[in-house]
Amino acid sequence: MNDGTRASDVTSRAPASQTVKPRAAVGDVSDMIGGQVTVRIDGKDVKVPIGTTILEAARRLGIRIPTLCHHPDLCVAGVCRICVVEIEGQRTLQAACAYPVAGSIKVRTHSRAVRRARRHVLDLMLSTHYGECYACLRNNNCELQSLAREHGVDSYRFGHVTASRFPKDESSYSVIRDMDKCILCRRCVRTCIDMQEVGALEAVGRSDRTRISTYLDKPLGGVVCINCGQCINRCPTGALHARDSSDEVWAAIDDPEKHVVIQTAPSPRASIGECFGCAPGTSMTGQMNTALRLAGFDRVFDTNFTADLTVLEEGTELLGRLHRALARSEPVALPQFTSCSPGWVKFLEHFHPEYIPHLSTAKSPQQMFGAVIKTYYARLHQIDPRNIVTVALMPCSAKKFECNRPEMAASGFKDVDYGLTTRELAQMIKEAGIHLPDMPRSDFDDPFGTATGSGVIFGTTGGVMEAALRTVIELACGVEVEQVFEHANIVPVRGFEGVRYMELPIPRVSREVPAMLRGVVPSFDFLEGVTLKVAVAHGTANARRVLEDIRAGGRFAQCHFIEFMGCPGGCIGGGGQPIPTSPEIRAARARAIYAEDAAAAVRKSHENPAVLKLYAEFLPDGPCGRRSHELLHTHYVARGKGIA
Amino acid sequence: MQPTESKRAPLTFDSIESGAGLAAAMKKSRADIIAELSASRLRGRGGAGFPTGTKWNLAAAAHVREGQFKYVVCNADEGEPGTFKDRVLLLEHADLVLEGMTIASRAIGAKKGILYLRAEYAYLRPHLEEVLARRRATGRLGQGILRVTGFDFDVEIRMGAGAYVCGEETALIESLEGNRGEPRNRPPFPVDTGFLGQPTVVNNVETFAAVTAILARGAEWFRSMGTAASAGFKLFSVSGDCERPGVYEFPLGTTIAELLERVGGTGAKAVQVGGASGTCVPASQFDRRIAFEDLATGGAIIVFAPGRDMLHVARNFMEFFVHESCGQCTPCRAGNAKLLEGIGMLERGECSTAYLQELLALCETMQVASKCGLGQSSPNAFVSIVRHFPDEILGRTPTAAGGVR
Repeated sequence: MNDGTRASDVTSRAPASQTVKPRAAVGDVSDMIGGQVTVRIDGKDVKVPIGTTILEAARRLGIRIPTLCHHPDLCVAGVCRICVVEIEGQRTLQAACAYPVAGSIKVRTHSRAVRRARRHVLDLMLSTHYGECYACLRNNNCELQSLAREHGVDSYRFGHVTASRFPKDESSYSVIRDMDKCILCRRCVRTCIDMQEVGALEAVGRSDRTRISTYLDKPLGGVVCINCGQCINRCPTGALHARDSSDEVWAAIDDPEKHVVIQTAPSPRASIGECFGCAPGTSMTGQMNTALRLAGFDRVFDTNFTADLTVLEEGTELLGRLHRALARSEPVALPQFTSCSPGWVKFLEHFHPEYIPHLSTAKSPQQMFGAVIKTYYARLHQIDPRNIVTVALMPCSAKKFECNRPEMAASGFKDVDYGLTTRELAQMIKEAGIHLPDMPRSDFDDPFGTATGSGVIFGTTGGVMEAALRTVIELACGVEVEQVFEHANIVPVRGFEGVRYMELPIPRVSREVPAMLRGVVPSFDFLEGVTLKVAVAHGTANARRVLEDIRAGGRFAQCHFIEFMGCPGGCIGGGGQPIPTSPEIRAARARAIYAEDAAAAVRKSHENPAVLKLYAEFLPDGPCGRRSHELLHTHYVARGKGIA
Repeated sequence: MQPTESKRAPLTFDSIESGAGLAAAMKKSRADIIAELSASRLRGRGGAGFPTGTKWNLAAAAHVREGQFKYVVCNADEGEPGTFKDRVLLLEHADLVLEGMTIASRAIGAKKGILYLRAEYAYLRPHLEEVLARRRATGRLGQGILRVTGFDFDVEIRMGAGAYVCGEETALIESLEGNRGEPRNRPPFPVDTGFLGQPTVVNNVETFAAVTAILARGAEWFRSMGTAASAGFKLFSVSGDCERPGVYEFPLGTTIAELLERVGGTGAKAVQVGGASGTCVPASQFDRRIAFEDLATGGAIIVFAPGRDMLHVARNFMEFFVHESCGQCTPCRAGNAKLLEGIGMLERGECSTAYLQELLALCETMQVASKCGLGQSSPNAFVSIVRHFPDEILGRTPTAAGGVR
């Protein structure tokens, strides 16, 4: 993987066969110059480095070879056989995705044998693929369907199953498995085992009884699945999808008694345009606000407001931990881990519950917002919280699980009633007859208003860390962050490197502690001369590397604060985002996020006027005070790997 | 037909003295051992017939990662239906096999050997462990073999779990690594990236025994048997409708007729050469030679008397493959099941000629597009039976084409 979402090849659990690596050439070397080799594909020559796959070489020539089990984020499998090509002099066809070029070969990508093999592969897949296209969430966005169209499938040559063979697994709050539609490409398996290193899904059985299963066929809701939904994003068909709450949301909108409020997370605005044909990275913030009101939501709020709130709560918690550790030498769980990614949180609960004390107790922005709406907002607008329905637009499938965690109801009501993915909301907007890109722009509703640039960047890996650092630097060091980092862009924590590390020396501290922090730290003196060490990891395989390093007493054990995101790329690569995904698509979404931050009028969480007003009016004890502990903080469950 | 004789025929291996091959190898440089093998023109005895010298050369030239080493793996997962000659070697000539592995370790610079024993041969394990212990005790395995400092090599027995596909070398390696037994993409080949990612030579039981014999007697001796492209002698597992089934040795290039003569199967109407994944040869072609250039085989010969229903034979083989496909690649996973379904339609007289043609086209796709040898060869029996015994197959097809499906 080229965006660093995989920690390292050495530690990868992918079988060696699934790693295409550059190899020393064998055989004819006359055409090799400097590790390059010339490949002739359909009569066109291209010079590529030795070890390049035929698929990559063909793409350089602009020649399309169909693929199905291949995915840019995953290790090679070579199992679907749709990408087979003919190599002159070889008896068998070869999978273009898996064949590393080592000598000068001549390839034909659509010879008679190739065309027939591809058609047969499709015919065979369709013979066991049960389900009708028009009754499928992936209609018009299904790779099997597109290939069938591309290859002129006009009948079921080898028959077609006419009855369901597998019960749907609807046990999970987040991910639904419909194995009738599975074509056994094993992208989900490679996603779960090799990319995320979770291992909730694996192939079992063999031959035509092979199927993808969980441990002992347990329901997905009962195994170590972390709900990240990365398998959904990489499923070529409708075999995996998120639990869709849009019917319930429509019902709430239709109910005149209900006051339906939606909060929208930062990253969907950078991706939802893709569902309407826009290029990845087309920002739709203002258009989406208008569309949501048209669709019937009573209020449209920005989750970034509670992202800013999270920075204050979580940042204050960190200062408290640091103060206890550094000033009072108390045993304190450090480094502090971020807690806003529910996939990451469940990963830790399952695989490393011993590190739960390191997790910030701050709720995620989604849950904080729900709690604030059903208390502060309800009081402010004299609405019975019983009649408020809070909906959260999230890039995430794990948020659906998170909002159903029993501990997330501190106000006496469920903080968040329904989580919608970007895909589901796009569907609702379409159902309302709205073409999103055509909408005029409008702002978010008061009293939470427009949040800061720090809130926006929560949507991408490194964003939480950058937002927190901006605030910590200003509050604790008493300097403007722009004096330390140009334009307040903390570049070392940005990017897609799987794990990133940064040291920030604090030569001087502020002599004055802001009023709202005085309950937590009497002064900042304990930070003077300290070098703040922070790290960022995204994707749970990378998280695992960091945790292993901490256990071994490595450099991450010396860190003070680590941002973890369950998904590669952070929320812009979330399991609720538009399909397809790729490193390029995620990078484009991230660019839109950073552009929005750069253009924001206020870019630091502690300067968000609405947040300051909330503290003044509703949380007088300040961050991490009694009231905020009741409403804005939570606790975790040591789940372990034991399966009931 | 009842077998009248079950005692096996004499084998060349019976006369190869244990120790002579390794002693000869120790007098040679690594390159010369491989050169001797290449000169013998020995080809893999598992059935694929890859030149053993070439394989070892590639492994010898391959690089190992720092702190790692190369491996020698003996494929004793004798799973091809109708094959049982490796069992005889493991039982009666285990020393020659282990000696061949030791020679391989010397030639390629391996430190560790693994004998992958099929689950059904678990009863051979105590015997093999005994032979291993004896070899260790007499300095022919372990540290400083034959008192040569630095010549360290030992062999561990690992059990298969019953999957036919694990006889495919990369699936075998996956199995050794503790994964599902599923073939890898090739290239990279095991000689470059094998067990634990290190260069690995995987050879059949008989190949290792033949290596020992060649080093003991010389390449010229071996080459004097067989044909130009298929040198040497080969063991055969003969079963089915013949008077004297059992394990036989023939020089490669022997015709089917000659073989049938010796085993008492001259009246046969067909012979399956190469087991379930091999090809079915009708009586009219019994002058064909069993050799890599004509009928390649790992040694399984199944004889069919005139009374046999060839469609039933095809069903038997297809049922096997439908059970044994690893389920990884589409053509093999779903294709075998479709062929078996088609055989059922043929049996019931429900298969149109048009659909039969479609199935034969599917067979061609499976042969070229499957990921490994299993799917590439599983249609062979069906195709050859349909081709050579059309009367038995098409006789059951409705005369009016089409319609059924």
